[in-house]
Amino acid sequence: MKKWTLSRIWEYCKVHPKVFAGALILFVFLILSLLGQVWTPFSVTKMDPLSVSQSPSLLHIFGTDNFGRDVFSRVINGCGITVLVALLTNLVGGGIGILVGSLTGYFGGSFDQILMRINDMLLSFPSVLLALLLISFLGPGTLNVVLALGILFIPSYARIARGEVIRFKDRDFVRSARLQGVSPLRIIFLHILPNARISLFTAAAIGFNNAVLAEASMSYLGLGLQPPTPSLGRMLFEAQSYLLNCPWYALFPGITIILMILGAALLSEGLKES
Amino acid sequence: MKSVVNKLISLIITVLVISFVTFIVFSIIPGNAAIAKLGVDASPEQIERLEEEMGLNDPIVLRYGKWLLNALKGDFGESLQYSGTKVSALLSSRLQVTLVLSLLSMGLILLFSFPISLLCVRHQGKWVDALLSGLGQVLMAVPAFFLGIMITYLLGLVLHFFKPGAYIPLSENPSRAVLYLLFPAISIALPKISMTVRFLKSSIQGELSQDYVRTARSHGMSQGKVLSAHVLKNALIPVITFLATIIAEIMAGSIVAEQVFSVPGIGRLLITSISARDFPVVQAIVMYITSVVVTAGFVMDILYILVDPRLRRK
Repeated sequence: MKKWTLSRIWEYCKVHPKVFAGALILFVFLILSLLGQVWTPFSVTKMDPLSVSQSPSLLHIFGTDNFGRDVFSRVINGCGITVLVALLTNLVGGGIGILVGSLTGYFGGSFDQILMRINDMLLSFPSVLLALLLISFLGPGTLNVVLALGILFIPSYARIARGEVIRFKDRDFVRSARLQGVSPLRIIFLHILPNARISLFTAAAIGFNNAVLAEASMSYLGLGLQPPTPSLGRMLFEAQSYLLNCPWYALFPGITIILMILGAALLSEGLKES
Repeated sequence: MKSVVNKLISLIITVLVISFVTFIVFSIIPGNAAIAKLGVDASPEQIERLEEEMGLNDPIVLRYGKWLLNALKGDFGESLQYSGTKVSALLSSRLQVTLVLSLLSMGLILLFSFPISLLCVRHQGKWVDALLSGLGQVLMAVPAFFLGIMITYLLGLVLHFFKPGAYIPLSENPSRAVLYLLFPAISIALPKISMTVRFLKSSIQGELSQDYVRTARSHGMSQGKVLSAHVLKNALIPVITFLATIIAEIMAGSIVAEQVFSVPGIGRLLITSISARDFPVVQAIVMYITSVVVTAGFVMDILYILVDPRLRRK
């Protein structure tokens, strides 16, 4: 393995501009949302009756909302929880999905068949609907959203991991490892999955994308994160009532969500092409 | 023929499995119908009496059987949040609205996807294609509810094409109701149009690299003629299965769009019922959406067999 020097990274980015653009966007959001947790230009919750519904200016670059709160501060603070939820759900869904998918793919058999049938059935349903259903069992709240979306992402990860394991399991290097008596788990995790890293990264980028979208939709519908937890979807819901007076309160959280999704989509597309 | 029967059987099994699973899970959740009906202050004896009366103490399989028999007759029991109202009565008027909304969205998708994708293929690599593809990429990244809010703002509040929130019931004034529903339909359709265009484009491009296209071209047929006479027909075949996905996506999209445009359809009912933990209603809506999604998949599978001669022969 060659070293990841700056010039090599630069070479890679020139060949794959989509990966570069996507990674850059996501990186900026990661920094912004980390920043939003420790410092914001204005208080996230304090209302200021003197600066209600102000349009974007040098002081409030995203304007202020109907209570005089700084929209920029609220957006970068809300980004943090969105990114956190997206990462956690993919950790849950990816962890379980990859484990289940690679095991069933490696061993095959009727268990594999049944699981894949269930998988196909679940994947044919729109994810927002399944998420709503799980939330109606679990009830709203941050932890439940993570749990519901995490469960929701298991099938897609399982399917990709299964496909990759089946693709590699009869290759010579796996056979020779098997002949040497290497345990199945070791073969899966040390020999097969590292070879499937590009597909898995792509899946993770798509998963991140879906998680951001699903969390925002659920919070918008009032079934996701509950106030006072700041969330971009919730802000859009509140902003809708004041659309005529301060459209920027809806515009900036919305654009933030779009940019995050676009970043993840570019990254996943670029990875798929490379 | 045999595969059709097999598919029909798996369709029925899917619907039954989903209904059974949701029924069981909704019964496990703490807080049952008796408590919901009597309120939290009711004495344990009262709750017990009502539970006995409502048959809540019967074994779960028996209760599921009863529920299923009634559901087949179109009776999904009583709503908990609007006590005394039949679920079927709640659903029927809202179902109409959602149906109109879904049909409008589907119409828009079919109307715009085909010309746009043909345009993109004809001008491949030129600015029209680049512009439309870029626009599609952005549209696919826009969350459905944000697109709805933007449409409300631009078309509703700035350009005054419609009055946001002022939905007129279908029974009062059908044409104005449909006109209002057009705007949520646009917000549902736009991202799906970009999805379909993208899919159709790659399907057409795949066909264009086939040998028969080269032969037709070398016989002197123009590119446009080849597209319309040969390629489009073949390129449409994979789109049929894709349409099943689109129908499922429209169902999901209308849940959100109804909320944004405050349209009283089943999507809105679903959200309020989930918040109010009104499980009979949620269960009925879940069954409705499940049947639509599964049936759409089934019908598209059959169409696929009918359209593709290679599959018909088997």
